[in-house]
Amino acid sequence: MVKRGQQAVTAAAVAELTADLARITTRPWTLMEVCGGQTHAIVRWGLDQLLPPGMRLLHGPGCPVCVTPAATIDAALQLARRSEVILCSYGDMLRVPGSTPAGGDDLLGVRAAGGDVRLLTSPLQALELARCQPQRQVVFFAVGFETTAPATALLARQALALGLSNLSLLQAHVRVVPAMEAILSDSEHQVQGFLAAGHVAAVMGMAELQQLVDRRRLPVVVSGFEPLDLMRGLLACVRQLEAGEARLSNAYPAAVRSDGNRAAQDLLAAVFEPVDQPWRGLGLIAGGGLALRPPYDRLDARQRFDLDASDAAPEASEVCIAGAVLRGVARPSDCPAFGSSCSPDHPLGAPMVSSEGACAAYHRYRR
Amino acid sequence: MSECIRLAHGGGGTLMQQLIDREFRCLYADPEQLLHDAACLELPHGRLAFSTDSYVVQPLEFAGGDIGTLAVCGTANDLAMVGARPLHLSLGLILEEGLELALLRRIIGSLIASARACGVTIVTGDTKVVERGKGDRIFINTSGIGLQEAPEPIGPAAITAGDQLLVSGDLGRHGVAILAARHGLDLQPPLASDCAPLWPLVQQLLAAGVRLHALRDLTRGGLASALQELSTAANLELVVEESAIPVQATVARCCELLGFDPLHLANEGRCLLVVPEVARAAALALLQPLGGAWIGAVGQPGRRVLLRTAFGSERLLVPLSGELLPRIC
Repeated sequence: MVKRGQQAVTAAAVAELTADLARITTRPWTLMEVCGGQTHAIVRWGLDQLLPPGMRLLHGPGCPVCVTPAATIDAALQLARRSEVILCSYGDMLRVPGSTPAGGDDLLGVRAAGGDVRLLTSPLQALELARCQPQRQVVFFAVGFETTAPATALLARQALALGLSNLSLLQAHVRVVPAMEAILSDSEHQVQGFLAAGHVAAVMGMAELQQLVDRRRLPVVVSGFEPLDLMRGLLACVRQLEAGEARLSNAYPAAVRSDGNRAAQDLLAAVFEPVDQPWRGLGLIAGGGLALRPPYDRLDARQRFDLDASDAAPEASEVCIAGAVLRGVARPSDCPAFGSSCSPDHPLGAPMVSSEGACAAYHRYRR
Repeated sequence: MSECIRLAHGGGGTLMQQLIDREFRCLYADPEQLLHDAACLELPHGRLAFSTDSYVVQPLEFAGGDIGTLAVCGTANDLAMVGARPLHLSLGLILEEGLELALLRRIIGSLIASARACGVTIVTGDTKVVERGKGDRIFINTSGIGLQEAPEPIGPAAITAGDQLLVSGDLGRHGVAILAARHGLDLQPPLASDCAPLWPLVQQLLAAGVRLHALRDLTRGGLASALQELSTAANLELVVEESAIPVQATVARCCELLGFDPLHLANEGRCLLVVPEVARAAALALLQPLGGAWIGAVGQPGRRVLLRTAFGSERLLVPLSGELLPRIC
């Protein structure tokens, strides 16, 4: 059992970093981990229980499922109900409810009612599906940060190259750095330092984050997702805060190179362009989304099926505080609906649905 | 074109008789039984255990087994979990028109091999054929009877504070093997399902005089569901040590990649054991050679499962909610 030996080594290393953190911390710092995968790991491993007294971790908006606007989900539901459409997406996306009352259903509900909804693990599977089923319209509901967007870009490029006329994209990709910027622009924000998402940095490199640090003057530490990576990130961030520094540092050098993945960046730049985009809970974020550039905009499902382009659908529930949770100004357990009228089986807001969502992580590990 | 099941194979006429004679006869220890409407069984005296389960897995074949292996082991294991020696099974097959005969033959081969491994005989059966599109190629139902050999009842009512929790082997392999087959993941090294009979282990434990307070087959929902069910039924908190739970490195890595928890994944040849403190050493002596391990203990009154992480922090372990879906990034 290889894993147990590794765990013992990891536990000893984490204990060492915990002790270092306690030794250097003199003030109650408030940090935000940006990515939902990081939130999940922190709550799963109880890392916040190991922090020095007074130190707080805020959970950021880095959950693509959580920030996809209700209107976009409604559009997906509408498409999935059409008999000629095969709607494909990633697993997490299938359980997110649309806006009420018209679209309170989710994609799995539409599937149960006869819609053709398929779960993909790679966008290129949509290509195969479109080739095998020429009489059907295959729509890929494309969600995710810069981590999954390159694979969608590859799909778009191949779809055009093959001249497939029955494949389109319901585009909901988002960019993470503009969201960090938006959080800092909120007058209520309490963030003193960021743990940035290592996987996004592995694709995009450090340049965008450096510009953020230059503009906003606060420590940003690129961190991984394992307990040891996160503790290293936290320690590096607090070190800077204690020393009065505001730099970009890389605590995840095993995966992140400063120039990132050039091939993926080129692909993104060729297929997409940044656009202002509404985020569920955060509102309109300047440069927060990606739109298909010509000639790839021919693949836009909103145009092909003449869907309402507005993203102004109401949020799912009045009692749900998902927006405040996503901005890091409230904790999931602050919500009156948490664990009572809102649970993963009956989610009111997207952060309770996705395995990357902060509410789901709290519900799963510390109700 | 390869030979397939046709609707007429379920029609009660000559094709059906051919199917039974050519394909199903080998399933029966006593082919005489095929001539009767019901099996008549000589049973030893004692308490009988009776269980039923239906099998609808996709894909039908996966590394380490197929739906036939599951259909026999699953029901036999349910019997073993109340301390009963599995004796006899019924076999109900629902075949979809168009099912390849070659595949059916492979599944029948697995049914025979698994019945032998579990020490059960198939004594009665039924076959129906449904129109194409009205089934998922093959569904199987098995019901089984067994003879209880445990001296005292095994079940949540017997659990007391201070009891010890053990598992019979590493967890999550069946779940990952199925997911890999379903999502076309080419795992290296390949991972086989843990599908296997549990009665031989239970029999050994009973023979060694180990008092078994509760046993739970770790199928759908995995260890997390089994622990929560026992905690709720016994109204006692269960406390487990995450680092003590055996999980193969490939399973752990695959779960990290897809966002799954190995403790939510299905197993088909693993069980959770609750034994009194005094029986812990004797039970472990039999479990450890199989890869089993001590994982925790029964605590104070309460209906929750606490998991201590390798880092000394604590969290709830709750059953999976909804379907097991891979995450986005």
